[in-house]
Amino acid sequence: MVDAPEGIEGQGFFATSLDKVIGMARANSLWPLPFATSCCGIEFMATMGSNYDLARFGSERLSFSPRQADLLMVMGTIAKKMGPVLKQVYDQMAEPKWVIAVGACASSGGIFDTYSVLQGIDRIIPVDVYVPGCPPRPEQIIEGVMKIQDLARKESLRRRNSDEYKKMLESYNIETQ
Amino acid sequence: MSSPSSYLPIVIQTGVAIGFVALALGLSHLLGPKRKTTQKEETFECGIETQGNARFPVSIKYFLTAILFVLFDVEVIFFYPYAVNFKEMGVEGFVAVVSFVALFLAGFIYVWKKGAFEWEK
Repeated sequence: MVDAPEGIEGQGFFATSLDKVIGMARANSLWPLPFATSCCGIEFMATMGSNYDLARFGSERLSFSPRQADLLMVMGTIAKKMGPVLKQVYDQMAEPKWVIAVGACASSGGIFDTYSVLQGIDRIIPVDVYVPGCPPRPEQIIEGVMKIQDLARKESLRRRNSDEYKKMLESYNIETQ
Repeated sequence: MSSPSSYLPIVIQTGVAIGFVALALGLSHLLGPKRKTTQKEETFECGIETQGNARFPVSIKYFLTAILFVLFDVEVIFFYPYAVNFKEMGVEGFVAVVSFVALFLAGFIYVWKKGAFEWEK
């Protein structure tokens, strides 16, 4: 059960700001798109399983179509050839969207310091939360998801219309209009 | 007791149910944040560039193979319960199954004569 956001309470009424209500709803209904390319993906399978159970956080509905996903979870080594694929998946996700880079490879290329591997997915898409580890344990992945929930809960409704945010998207060659 | 007017609550409930769904879907569509760009509206083919059009003629053989498989698969499925109850159902059951199979056999001969089994052509 999720606690109500802080607000003014009285007999028969409750008042709070729209930001907080929407933030609460978004944070507790994130639909992840698992982009699992290697061993971190195996850890993610454990995270979705009954022992760790990501469903507790309202994220049991995995989406394999970007159109219905809010949370892109990139787990594993992203080869440079995979880059445009990942970029299109990010581009086509529903608004607003968040990204977790799970594991050393997705965050920085990890041990694969070679010509063929992307040195961190933040070279092509903006990343909100990095989960370190090689591979990280399911507890760490859950921690990452909880950090995303925190971001979603506290995000201002105007953030994604701000010039700062649009500039950031443009720096990744993502169309804003 | 059951005059037409006593069904009014059901009509109202149906109206409220449909209205709520329409309102919730419509409002979220209108108020939800969205960003319509050409990058985003592109056809999604798992990140791979699209090739050609999705609406092009596919060889009829695929359809024939699939539909014939379904037909005869269903026929075979019916044999399982019949095999279990073979003795109890006696002559009557036998006649029923033979008429069922005969129907399929007629269809089988028909598609055979039509050349549906000439895969290579």
